[in-house]
Amino acid sequence: MRTLIKNGHLIDPGNKKNGEFDLLINKGKIEAVEPRGKINETSDIEIIDANGAIVSPGFCDMHVHFREPGHEYKETIETGSQSAAAGGFTTVAVMPNTEPVNDNRSITELIISQAKETAIVNVLPIGAITKGLKGETLSDMGELKAAGCIGYSDDGRPVSDSELMRRALEYSKMFDLPCIQHSEVLELTRGGSMNEGIVSTELGLKGMPTEAEDIMVHRDISLLPKTGGRLHVAHISSGGAVDLVRQAKAKGLPVTCEVAPHHFTLTHEACRGYDTNAKMSPPLRAEPDIEMIKEGMRDGTIDFIATDHAPHDLVDKQVEFSKACFGIVGLETALPLTLKMVDEKIISLEKAIDMLTFQPNRIFRLDKGTLGIGKVADITIFDEKTKYSIDPSKFKSRSKNSPYKGWKVRGKILRTIVNGKTVFKNN
Amino acid sequence: MSTTLLNENDIARAISRISHEILERNQGAEDIALIGIRTRGVTLSSRLQDKINAIENTQVETGALDITLYRDDLGAGLQKPELKKTEITFGLEGKHVILCDDVLFTGRTIRAAIDALMDFGRPASVQLAVLVDRGHRELPIRPDYVGKNIPTPKTKRVQVHLKEIDGEDKVIIQEPVK
Amino acid sequence: MTQTASLSKRNIISMNGLKAEDIKVILDTAVSLKEISTRTIKKVPTLRGRTIINLFFEPSTRTRTSFEIAGKRLSADVINISGTGSSTAKGESLIDTARNLNAMNPDILVVRHNCSGAPALISQFVDCPVINAGDGTHEHPSQSLLDLLTIREHKGSLEGLKVTIVGDIAHSRVARSNILAMQTMGMKVKVVGPPTLIPVEIERLGVEVCYDLGQGINDADVIMILRIQLERQNQGLLSSLREYSNYFCLTEKHLSKAKKDTLIIHPGPVNRGIEIALDVMEGPRSVILDQVTNGVAIRMALFYLLLGESDADTN
Repeated sequence: MRTLIKNGHLIDPGNKKNGEFDLLINKGKIEAVEPRGKINETSDIEIIDANGAIVSPGFCDMHVHFREPGHEYKETIETGSQSAAAGGFTTVAVMPNTEPVNDNRSITELIISQAKETAIVNVLPIGAITKGLKGETLSDMGELKAAGCIGYSDDGRPVSDSELMRRALEYSKMFDLPCIQHSEVLELTRGGSMNEGIVSTELGLKGMPTEAEDIMVHRDISLLPKTGGRLHVAHISSGGAVDLVRQAKAKGLPVTCEVAPHHFTLTHEACRGYDTNAKMSPPLRAEPDIEMIKEGMRDGTIDFIATDHAPHDLVDKQVEFSKACFGIVGLETALPLTLKMVDEKIISLEKAIDMLTFQPNRIFRLDKGTLGIGKVADITIFDEKTKYSIDPSKFKSRSKNSPYKGWKVRGKILRTIVNGKTVFKNN
Repeated sequence: MSTTLLNENDIARAISRISHEILERNQGAEDIALIGIRTRGVTLSSRLQDKINAIENTQVETGALDITLYRDDLGAGLQKPELKKTEITFGLEGKHVILCDDVLFTGRTIRAAIDALMDFGRPASVQLAVLVDRGHRELPIRPDYVGKNIPTPKTKRVQVHLKEIDGEDKVIIQEPVK
Repeated sequence: MTQTASLSKRNIISMNGLKAEDIKVILDTAVSLKEISTRTIKKVPTLRGRTIINLFFEPSTRTRTSFEIAGKRLSADVINISGTGSSTAKGESLIDTARNLNAMNPDILVVRHNCSGAPALISQFVDCPVINAGDGTHEHPSQSLLDLLTIREHKGSLEGLKVTIVGDIAHSRVARSNILAMQTMGMKVKVVGPPTLIPVEIERLGVEVCYDLGQGINDADVIMILRIQLERQNQGLLSSLREYSNYFCLTEKHLSKAKKDTLIIHPGPVNRGIEIALDVMEGPRSVILDQVTNGVAIRMALFYLLLGESDADTN
């Protein structure tokens, strides 16, 4: 069975293609990409009329929390994958802070087998840097890679011990996988629940200063020249950290970074009224940081977009601000929020798609993220024009924690195709 | 649309007559205390005080009472009657208290005023002086001294204007404000 | 026709939302209500049959008592629930507690909680007005209102007065409420304390920051001394109380260079000899006990204004 996607506007940044192309899928792979109307429609071909919508490689989110095993009341691999598909994502990488922690082969295998049985998108596990995320001893990185992990991280927590981080960067080099750091000096954020600044002062909440992020990014970069490992800075949020990554890249150091949509669309002002949906880690920052994040997106310092999808049930969010869990349902609002950067002329539409598709795959060395001939047919079709209003109650995710309720946005996912098969269709 | 029921002279004559009636009934000014109900009752009580002081060549005690806290019609919501001070600086024990108000209507204000007075002590008696009695009582209350009885339809409004507050002395009756 | 008084807010959670007109109405109402507390029978029937719940998740004697007395002087039924005795100690969430209390139809909920924002959260789940009686390090509106009443009584008016707040600004909900309220009333606020106890970017609220007590109070019409807590020492924010005292304890020596008619207030309870010298506290410029008296009047005013409506138009 072959499938033809016709009448679409195809944008494939990895192959520098941007125009009116039709695309033919055969047995889950891309068989042909030709100018509009050039592919013969035979009776055995299923036709998908994109009707002017954007046809892009499937989106890839290298930073999500699916909570399985351990906290299935917030999200499961199944519901998380449905949320991903609804957001146009065909590949997601799940962080290891589950319960138990993904720090050994059996948990990695459990995740992979659960994904095979229940997930409708590609689910790639990330293994822990340290056993139990305790920051004390290295996990068995080789075993984790062999079982299917594509990177290492203690996300949710930083690797605080500098010696241990140095060893992690050294050791991971042997397996050629990056260490993903949640950059936060915990001594500076102790008891904190939002960005330190005028808003935390007014609300009487303990702040988390940007220096907590800057210092650790600086430390990790300092560890790179001698260790030779690959450092990936997760959810960059402070302007200072963007500067540090920019300088390190200029020196040719192997550092990359990602940004979450909430860190370029919201400031700490969103915490007013004690809205726990605006409680994130790292926290929503002040306006000057947001500007520097945007500059980092504009000049390519920030490599790609990752949502830090962190679903939480009401029992974890509808509580006192200082007791609430950190995080946001990110997958289903990523595209419209990224398109805001296109509206603001920070990045082009092509660059936006690049940051959602080709770049994460390139950095994690996955054979995905383009619409090249012979590649797996992971494709996202979206309408970039029609305005609509965000309604978290309609999220496919098991949780609904989002501060974007009622936002008027554009960028609606019409169809998500994984391995040649449609896994999400918007009516 | 409003009609004047009493003019300045009518009011002055009423005050004068009530002052004499009070003195006659209480056999002089001894042990008399005048307590005005805010806002216009206080003005009337001070006019009565002046008159009585002049007649008897004495100094009768006066006080001011805000009955808001004793009202029976406080409901839920944010519009509240503005609270003014209650000022009763003397003991009521053994006194003949003359409560003064401008208009007697349902009697509910007087009920509240009597309740308030009782919280200040036990007077020998409480008497009621009003400038206008317009009828329509909802409680068993009757005045002891009346400036003028004015039978009115319940829906109309009777307003007393006094120089000290409103710039002129008159009592008018008008259609209710819609 | 009766004049009416009203507030633009239904919940008293932050001084941020209250306009100068609101504050004036509350203070004026409190002035009228003050007289009740001087009577032999200290009770009026105004809130007869109304239920006020004092929900205190944090130990407090004076604030709770003040709210309780205020409610009782207006004839309301006042129920006290303390954090340790309530179901929250058994793991019930704040919202469940709020919903349960709401189901019993209270007319006002007075909430004190050690988490900033807790009263705001509760107010979303109950039908009655909520008064914040102090939340974490956020605000304590009724305290700032009673401070304003005390200052107005002694100074005649508020506009143009210079106020210096001394001490642990970072953790003080009294300071936050006062900074907002005083500026609303046209007063100028200066904060004085060690830099570790001055919150970041506080200047953006319009206040001046000073680290020297003598300098900070030299032109002050009002000096507000905050209580310093021992635990700040363990948090590394203070080297020791003794050193704090050396630099920030208000003494007669400081006052000799201040304005002659400067007023000294303190939200209490006082650490005698640590933030304020004994002779200063008991001296003629200290009006600390007036504050306590006014506290009852302010809380009565809030209850009166938040409850009870009338058509205000009967003879």
